[in-house]
Amino acid sequence: MSDRKLTMSEALREAMAIALEERPEVFILGEDIGIYGGAFGVTGDLYHRFGKERVRDTPISELGIVGTAVGAALSGMRPIVEIQFSDFTAQAMDQIVNQAAKIHFMVGGGLHVPLVLRAASGSGTGAAGQHSQSLEGWFANVPGLKVVMPSSPYEAKGLLLAAIDDPNPVIFMEHKLLYKVAGTEDVPEGAYRIPLGVSRVVREGKDLTVVATGIMVSRVLAAAAELDKEGIALTLIDPRTISPLDMDPVYESLEKTGRLMVVQEAPEHGGFINEVIAKVVTSQSMGHLIAPVARLAGMNVPIPYAPQLEKAAVPQVDDIIKKAREVVANWR
Amino acid sequence: MTIPPLLMGHPLASKEHASYALLTMSRIRKFEEAVEDLFGRGMMHGTMHLSIGQEASPAGVCMALNLNDQITSTHRGHGHCIAKGANLMRMVAELLGKENGYCGGRGGSMHIADVETGNLGANGIVGGGIPIAVGAALSSQLMNKGTVAVSFFGDGAMNEGAFHEAANLAAVWKLPVIFICENNGYGMSSSTELAFKLDKLSDRGLGYGIPGVTVDGNDVAAVYEATEAAVARAKAGEGPTLLEFVTYRWKGHSRSDKNLYRTKEEIDEWKTKDPILHFEHVIKERGLLNDEEIAEQHRLAQEQVIGAVNEAMKGKPADPAGLLDSVFKKVSA
Repeated sequence: MSDRKLTMSEALREAMAIALEERPEVFILGEDIGIYGGAFGVTGDLYHRFGKERVRDTPISELGIVGTAVGAALSGMRPIVEIQFSDFTAQAMDQIVNQAAKIHFMVGGGLHVPLVLRAASGSGTGAAGQHSQSLEGWFANVPGLKVVMPSSPYEAKGLLLAAIDDPNPVIFMEHKLLYKVAGTEDVPEGAYRIPLGVSRVVREGKDLTVVATGIMVSRVLAAAAELDKEGIALTLIDPRTISPLDMDPVYESLEKTGRLMVVQEAPEHGGFINEVIAKVVTSQSMGHLIAPVARLAGMNVPIPYAPQLEKAAVPQVDDIIKKAREVVANWR
Repeated sequence: MTIPPLLMGHPLASKEHASYALLTMSRIRKFEEAVEDLFGRGMMHGTMHLSIGQEASPAGVCMALNLNDQITSTHRGHGHCIAKGANLMRMVAELLGKENGYCGGRGGSMHIADVETGNLGANGIVGGGIPIAVGAALSSQLMNKGTVAVSFFGDGAMNEGAFHEAANLAAVWKLPVIFICENNGYGMSSSTELAFKLDKLSDRGLGYGIPGVTVDGNDVAAVYEATEAAVARAKAGEGPTLLEFVTYRWKGHSRSDKNLYRTKEEIDEWKTKDPILHFEHVIKERGLLNDEEIAEQHRLAQEQVIGAVNEAMKGKPADPAGLLDSVFKKVSA
């Protein structure tokens, strides 16, 4: 097979094209996803390939869009909603949290909501406080939602196809800085699925176990390359889905490393990484720890505008290197 | 307990239709009286919202719908559920928190849904069901089902953003959906005079480029006729209609309501416009049913409700052991 180093946009588009071809009940709806091709170009040419009925431009009505998708999902369709910026899910929160997440449970199982909500997430584009948030923790706190955070083009394609197959509502958080970056792994041309709820061990090392999601996976990998030179070898685990959360590889790794570091872009307070820590310290795994758990997260501030402020507000590669050195050096 | 098969057609079309319309309204009334009684005696917990006085709307609307036409309902949804054909025993069992209730005790009064009768569910969020009905209608359009979706909601919901976004989407996509505003005069304690600058709430249709029609919501025949016209329009591919049925709830908003915001005289005045008494008067006048036949429908309704309550009481209480397994639908291998 020839090299297929796609960007995440291209990989996501392939996944949606496969789903549109495989299943007549799949359709996409969202703002500017048609002729425009999506605010980040993810839907691209799908409008021309599959038509305006199935790649459906909507008015600017996030609550109406998600609610319409919920109703369609209850009635035999499998909608994929694109929310231009994950921040705008706030406009649609009733339909996501009170309706989609709870209908299957509340009505006693007779109905279900096979809905995927894709949203562009995260900072780094100079778009400031209302276009840069990492809101995955909101959704992970709502029973009934699955929350996916792809970390690479290969992962994104397989996870999106699995999310579309899933009979439950899935929030799919795509970091916008990953959209245009070519991955390091080949992306197979055809369909493949990565099951939701299975963590991935990205690399293994003896000194430190790092759990990171989304864009932080590539930042940790960059940091790991530097740390290797210093003789610090880290294991990196990408949960892929923060709800459900597969902790087994973390527990297994801690038996070998004894040190845990958790990294996320979202603000620290109330964030998902705290759940990882809680699960470790309330389990047998606690007995393997030889160092305090290290936590690296976004500052508890809205994402600021100026580039130096924006970078300072969320973990960068250098921050990860520095923190990892501290954990390993201070706790030999 | 026998549940009459759904009957479509004008409530005054025949003796059979008149009996059916009366029976439906009577079943709703007696169901709600029965659950209010159970509630008052401490045998039901939580809260509930009664639609006594509003029975003509669900009864008339559902006589214009096929079994596979879909509805979304509201917190005040017992009537919609019953008129669409739900099983009374499973409804009572749900309110009693039994395992054999519609939702296995997980939803209660505000979340009963019934897939078999096209009921996508009551809703605890004001306006929450409106976009969902639009989605059901989109599904119908995309899959060429030939069905319509009806969203019932109250006057209060018309000031929610959900109504606005849903109505506009349905209009621009010409979806087969019918928006039914049951205007009972109050959103909890806020009167429509306080909440609207409109005499007719159906005038809002103009803002979306869709027809808006206001009719007497206590006249089951008028309700049917307005719905039937909207169904025909929807099935012809001409898009949505906004219907306003002017009615009144006799009871308070929920159990905590002390009726401080309205007068006893006003409530008594509306009781003279009882949709059931009004219909009885019309069908007698037209010679469709006599006094005995009318009494028979009420007797049947009472029998069904008592049977449902007695049967539901025997159900097993919902078991917490099943809770975690109820959150997600299992992914099939």
